[in-house]
Amino acid sequence: MTALTIILCLVLLVVIIVQIGKVTELAAKIRGEEEVQERSNRTQASYLMIFMVVFLVASVVSAYYYKNWMLGYGPHAAASQHGDSLDYLFDITLFFTGIVFIVTQILLFYFAWKYKSQKGRVAKFVPHDNRLEVIWTIIPAVVMTFLVVGGLDVWNEVMADIPEDYVSTLVPEAENEYIEIEGTGYQFAWHLRYPGPDGKLGTRNFRKIDATNPLGQVWTDEKNLDDFHSSEIVLPVGKKVRVRITARDVLHNFYLPHFRVKMDAIPGLPTYFVFTPEKTTEEYRQSLSKYPEYQQPDPENPEKQLWETFDYELACAELCGSGHYSMRRVVRIVSMEEYKSWLESQQSYYLSAIRGSDSDPFKDQLLDFEISERKQEFNDALEQALSAADAKAKTIQFNYVNFEAGSANLTSLSKYELDNLVEALNKYENMTLELAGHTDNTGDPDSNMALSDDRATAVYSYLTSKGIGEDRLTHLGYGQTRPIDTNDTDAGKEKNRRTEFKILTQ
Amino acid sequence: MNDVVTTTTYDEDVLIQELGYDDHFHDHHHGDKYQSNFIMHYIFSMDHKIIARQFLITGMFWAVIGGLMSLVFRLQLGFPEESMAWLKPVLGKWIVLNDAGIGTLAPEFYYALVTMHGTIIVFFVLTAGLSGTFSNLLIPLQIGARDMASPFLNMLSYWFFFLAGVVMFASLFLSTGPFSGGWTAYPPLSALPQASTGSGAGMTLWVTSLVFFVVSVLLGGVNYITTVLNMRTKGMTMWRMPLTIWAFFITAIIGLLSFPVLVSGLLMVMMDRGLGTSFFLSEIFIGGQALEHVGGSPVLYQHLFWFLGHPEVYIIILPAMGIVSEVLSVHARKPIFGYKAMVYSILAIAFLSFIVWAHHMFMSGVNPFISNFFVIFTLIIAVPSAVKVFNWITTLYGGNIRFNSANLFAIGFVSMFISGGLTGIFLGNSAIDIQLHDTYFVVAHFHIVMGIAAFFGMYAGVYHWFPKMFGRFMNETLGKIHFWVTMVGAYAIFWPMHYIGMAGVPRRYYSFDNFQAFSHFSDLNQFITIAAIIVFAAQVLMVINFFYSIWRGKVVTEKNPWGASTLEWTTPINAGHGNWEGNIPAVQRWPYDYGKDGKEFIPQIVPLAEGEKDGGDH
Repeated sequence: MTALTIILCLVLLVVIIVQIGKVTELAAKIRGEEEVQERSNRTQASYLMIFMVVFLVASVVSAYYYKNWMLGYGPHAAASQHGDSLDYLFDITLFFTGIVFIVTQILLFYFAWKYKSQKGRVAKFVPHDNRLEVIWTIIPAVVMTFLVVGGLDVWNEVMADIPEDYVSTLVPEAENEYIEIEGTGYQFAWHLRYPGPDGKLGTRNFRKIDATNPLGQVWTDEKNLDDFHSSEIVLPVGKKVRVRITARDVLHNFYLPHFRVKMDAIPGLPTYFVFTPEKTTEEYRQSLSKYPEYQQPDPENPEKQLWETFDYELACAELCGSGHYSMRRVVRIVSMEEYKSWLESQQSYYLSAIRGSDSDPFKDQLLDFEISERKQEFNDALEQALSAADAKAKTIQFNYVNFEAGSANLTSLSKYELDNLVEALNKYENMTLELAGHTDNTGDPDSNMALSDDRATAVYSYLTSKGIGEDRLTHLGYGQTRPIDTNDTDAGKEKNRRTEFKILTQ
Repeated sequence: MNDVVTTTTYDEDVLIQELGYDDHFHDHHHGDKYQSNFIMHYIFSMDHKIIARQFLITGMFWAVIGGLMSLVFRLQLGFPEESMAWLKPVLGKWIVLNDAGIGTLAPEFYYALVTMHGTIIVFFVLTAGLSGTFSNLLIPLQIGARDMASPFLNMLSYWFFFLAGVVMFASLFLSTGPFSGGWTAYPPLSALPQASTGSGAGMTLWVTSLVFFVVSVLLGGVNYITTVLNMRTKGMTMWRMPLTIWAFFITAIIGLLSFPVLVSGLLMVMMDRGLGTSFFLSEIFIGGQALEHVGGSPVLYQHLFWFLGHPEVYIIILPAMGIVSEVLSVHARKPIFGYKAMVYSILAIAFLSFIVWAHHMFMSGVNPFISNFFVIFTLIIAVPSAVKVFNWITTLYGGNIRFNSANLFAIGFVSMFISGGLTGIFLGNSAIDIQLHDTYFVVAHFHIVMGIAAFFGMYAGVYHWFPKMFGRFMNETLGKIHFWVTMVGAYAIFWPMHYIGMAGVPRRYYSFDNFQAFSHFSDLNQFITIAAIIVFAAQVLMVINFFYSIWRGKVVTEKNPWGASTLEWTTPINAGHGNWEGNIPAVQRWPYDYGKDGKEFIPQIVPLAEGEKDGGDH
């Protein structure tokens, strides 16, 4: 029914339109074509004049009304160092083109109105004027040259890569230091990666991408081991940043509107953009607080005003599929202190998600920092035991000495702690030890006794193979006879399965 | 100069008979028998005038489709909260209903609409509908030829265009939807069906359609060039050609040089899609797996695309410029100012159009150093463009201007071209483009300068040559309503987009709510959408006027209703195939003798008076 009504309405409309046309044609016939022509010319000419006035006034008034969105003006000022020069260029161009716009539009409509057809008027026969042609070729050429020179000057400075003698670091302090972070676009979000304390982003290989390794980081590259991922961009104010921009699937564009940063993200072809944030998020909020349009309650969070909830944003500016419009990340610019404390809370993606898993190439070895950490831990425990008066406190449990299940074969990671002990024995030449093995109560007590003895022997053998005198070491197994925790839980059992040593003399 | 108007009437038939060139037309074609039945006359016609009408009406069909698409996505942008459930009967599954019965446009379909809108308007409407129509109509008529050099290829040109349209139209009904990766079809998005539903069969049909389309453009282009070079009548030197012909001629050359590059790019995409090559693909992980492609570059595609894509905007705008030059001159009753400067500026623009393509790619990961050259050439293009504008304005100066629909649209064209051209100076300067690239500022710029302006050129042409095409006039009152609503409405649509763009709002966003920075403009977006609906209604009015006038319009009673000096007005009102019944007219002078020596106008076929210098010789 509605469809029918709509169709009927349309038909009626067509009929009316056709009738209007017919009537005016008839009227023209009655009045005389020429007179109608003349009259119509006059009205159309005046319409053109009215249009010109309204159009020019509207363009100026609307520009004034929306002045707060002009680049480089009011709340829409750039938040990066290079942004100001871009905004300045925009304003200069606006100035020149604005003049040309107003002058040419006025001439166009004014001439049209002035020289409307009138009875008895003859058009002037002016086919050309070479002098005029030269003038209006040269003037735009000069203005263009001026704009090009200014524009290219800025362009080459803004787009230049980091100078070669600059050093990338996570916490830039000196003048020639910068942070390199990475933004990777995928359908439909951004992965953000920081270089970690070494200041260097690790290498990637798209074939290594999987659920646990979203960027395809190559874990054999040590530069990757300290890299961390973040769900927002946090940067210290006033420090140079180089963003390495990549994409995983299709084209994206790394777009930071407030910083005048924009660059395509291309799979297989990393790009970059260098910029220096100049205003912290807090400072930018303060500058917005002066404008009435930001003094309204935030629809998402009505208790606060818009300026209070303002955040810098990262968006996608290259069509990338149906979710193109939703690739938002928050950008926070903070003071150096805040930045450092934020860094404290970040953890290497490798250590938190990859370390020890099947995809960890270093599964069977300790990394340098782990070796030194554990050595410190071991030495602390040893020092404590050595200085203790109580005989009971002279027993130290190996935390990282493990055996393959049900056997007395040391795992590959066990040697690091044993090496620490070798070092200690070499340092304290008078120290003698008793090496003891323990099991939980699973299985047969006799075989447990034998297993624990074998395990103590395995440790003994390792130490003697490293040149420790046999006379300084004794070894024996206690089986399940000396639990240090309950055997009713798995956690307790795990604690009971242990190897330890007791300092006999020192 | 004489201030008294002498209305001289010329007996064109006698002039043609006496001075014209006898090509023994009637000795060979006995009454055009080979096109005597309906099918040969109206469907598989080889008459350039019929083919022009076919291009025009097909173009209008696509303009309505493309315009309707923009209304649907404008509704989404302007009124995202309103239910679109009422569109469900038409759009089916692309309107997603929630439990409360509120219908929303599916994002995939939003992108499909945006993509189709761009493709259809750029290629089918403003290339085929504009250049196809008027090149076909005017080249033989204005240079004094009986038809194109190859009427058969000319017919094929239309039917390849038609075929391209059929394929594109079919793609609208695919269950996976038409192609939705933007009219530029950048890979990898366009190359990987995993990346977007529209990149499956939709993309295959899109490429197929465009390849047919390019065949059409090439067949047409070869014909236009050959015809202009070889079939000009006696006395029609290059410097006596109307600016329309210059524009169509140069446009055809640009098309011939640039469209094949697009095809090569598209074929390479197809090979990447189907044959496992890696022209544009490298190191891609999508849909949970790493693809085999390595070593390709998506940027290479962009170079190939824009090597066509940029000349394409001149393929669109040059014919409009030519038409406007002609229409302004005829209705101002004055010669076009600086005829040779106009020709040289067309040549300069055409040449420069081939070395500015990477200005679309400043932010695409191209070496920033290379961009320097493209900035320079891009801003140089502003100079010949400015020359043209000044010449149009000066053409009005001192005229005796008739404000009919054709001329109003020509004046509107100049206004639009100024407004949209000036914003190009911002975008062509790469440093400013960092912020404005892919924002609404770009949308505003190119819609005004090559969308609306080209439409205005086309309308000027339609209103001006309608009497030649159909032997009737279009209704003037409706034409003027059409003009004023479109003029005011088009600015109302696109002017506010500059402000939205300056604020940094990216184009091709389905919704602006996700970002604080982009969500400030819901009132402007509503305003734009309402304006778009009104402007579309005015175009419907034009279509009604067009078809009504074909059959019921005021009949043309004199051969030369506008008092124009060019040759097309020397043909019979309803000229048959072959255009002139007897001899072909010989040309004696340049085409812009308006108001010369006290005469209202002097047709090109009138011999120079004794001692009179040809207006073009300077």
